[in-house]
Amino acid sequence: MTTPRTPVSECRNGAPSGATPIRGEAAPLREAGQLTHTLGRPDFDVIAGWIEPGHRVLDLGCGDGTLLKHLIDTRGVRGVGVEIDDANILAAIRNGINVIQGNLERGLDEFADQAFDHVVLSRTLQTVRHTEGILREMLRIGREAVVSFPNFAYWKNLRSVLDGRMPVSEDLPYQWYDSPNVRFFTLLDFEALCTQTGLVIRERRVLDEAGKPVDSDDERELNFLGSLAVYRLSRVR
Amino acid sequence: MPGQSVGVVHSQRAHFCDPLTLRSGGVVPAYDLVYETYGTLNAAKSNAILVCHALSGHHHVAGHYADAPNNVGWWDNIVGPGRPLDTDKFFVVGVNNLGGCHGSTGPSSINPATGQPWGADFPIVAVSDWVETQARLADRLGIDAWAAVIGGSLGGMQALRWTISQPERVRNAVVIASAPKLSAQNIAFNDVARQAILTDPDFHGGNYYQHHTRPVRGLRLARMLGHITYLSDDQMGEKFGRELRNGSFAFDFDVEFEVESYLRYQGDKFAGYFDANTYLLMTKALDYFDPARLDGGDLVKAMARSHPDTGFLIASFTTDWRFTPARSKEIVAALLANGRNVSYAEIDLNFGHDSFLMDDAHYHAVVDAYLRNIKL
Repeated sequence: MTTPRTPVSECRNGAPSGATPIRGEAAPLREAGQLTHTLGRPDFDVIAGWIEPGHRVLDLGCGDGTLLKHLIDTRGVRGVGVEIDDANILAAIRNGINVIQGNLERGLDEFADQAFDHVVLSRTLQTVRHTEGILREMLRIGREAVVSFPNFAYWKNLRSVLDGRMPVSEDLPYQWYDSPNVRFFTLLDFEALCTQTGLVIRERRVLDEAGKPVDSDDERELNFLGSLAVYRLSRVR
Repeated sequence: MPGQSVGVVHSQRAHFCDPLTLRSGGVVPAYDLVYETYGTLNAAKSNAILVCHALSGHHHVAGHYADAPNNVGWWDNIVGPGRPLDTDKFFVVGVNNLGGCHGSTGPSSINPATGQPWGADFPIVAVSDWVETQARLADRLGIDAWAAVIGGSLGGMQALRWTISQPERVRNAVVIASAPKLSAQNIAFNDVARQAILTDPDFHGGNYYQHHTRPVRGLRLARMLGHITYLSDDQMGEKFGRELRNGSFAFDFDVEFEVESYLRYQGDKFAGYFDANTYLLMTKALDYFDPARLDGGDLVKAMARSHPDTGFLIASFTTDWRFTPARSKEIVAALLANGRNVSYAEIDLNFGHDSFLMDDAHYHAVVDAYLRNIKL
């Protein structure tokens, strides 16, 4: 018998356990977020900081278009989203966002080479099977790729596993049986893949569960302290 | 369905006496367009939506006639107060296209030069000709620019053509279950339909009116064939399966399977009111439609002719095998390549190509959401 657990997080605004599963690679968008983060998503604040006014932005798994709307309103970007879920497509259109219904796993043929300055994939990489394929597509379509994902090596996640249970947290708000996540990896894993596939990490922000930046000179310590990581990638330095 | 019907409507007629030279080179010296309007044109004349009809459609889009309460418009479920084409906000215009058989000038109209029905002499009309005549109707109504032009199937092609031919006059295009051009398979289906009509002994080279007959058998076959391609295999299976009307095989060629009964009924009904020459014209307009042709087949270049501020909603249906989602995505790709404002919805509905006429909550919500964001 499985009893739903409360998240290991002490965060009061944490997502409820047994969160509703989402279809495909749609990023979880939660209404109750960190009050200090205007969009309820600390990685959104990091991403917004990297995008310059007037840029062309493609948001893969854009959900209801919250990030794009924020970027359009505050940064004057030209934005397009890709989304698989019907309800999110409807919500994004309601938000006045240009949104294309599609499945990231099936490629992004409708987008031309280097059509965007930034291609964003927030909290979605871990739901995509073709990890290398999607990263390659992002940098075919865009000059830069911006990727955020939950770090499975975060100490609370590790503690949870040591206690014998799969982690449920602010950044991993699913039970093992209803999780859309299909790839389980850490900061160090991701960086090794970048090295292996020739992707250049231009910037990195590591956040704790409350969305506060964490820093350390020790990569292994950072891998231990970070709940969510945000990367800025390109083909060339 | 939420919202209300527009209720009692009436059709209107506009006469145009300037000759119109068509894409085919043919000339129509003067013509009538029959149309209907729903809602009220605002003072700025900025709230008008044009609904373009498909192969067998017409100007009677919504509502019903006072003397014919059962004659409900073909897209009534989407037009009216509180519906996606909200007549509390928009002034909606439906028009019977040139070459049609519901009151606008077409092959069954009298050719003033001969005093006889046009018949085979009615020139071939193209989608671009319809856009031109619709633009003249817009002039007549005092509409400089449509808030939106919307259509499904062949109607979607007109909406797309509007953005290329009259970029300044269309602020949004809603292109549903459509394609940037027909495939060889599409053309093949159309040709079989045409052959059914052309080889009917009652066709008389298109001048059957003078013979006081109509190529009913050919038209019926054409419609039966068309109908198969508008439905999905799954839907036909669910609706009819292999059900027999009398429970057992009769071992003859009469109607046995329910699906045969249905198709024959649809064919008979259609052949009873539709004009065969108009059917021929409409299928040719479909076949010829290819707005990228003048740009060497490059749809990206063709869509570059659209206005940078024009918004697009492209929608397709998962079970539509006549105009598949992949065809709609060709349009989407060309628009994205031009940096146009475009949204694309791939709607999971089980009714094949005909899905665009169905009353589905998600489908209508998508159209509603898009149109509600139009600033007047």
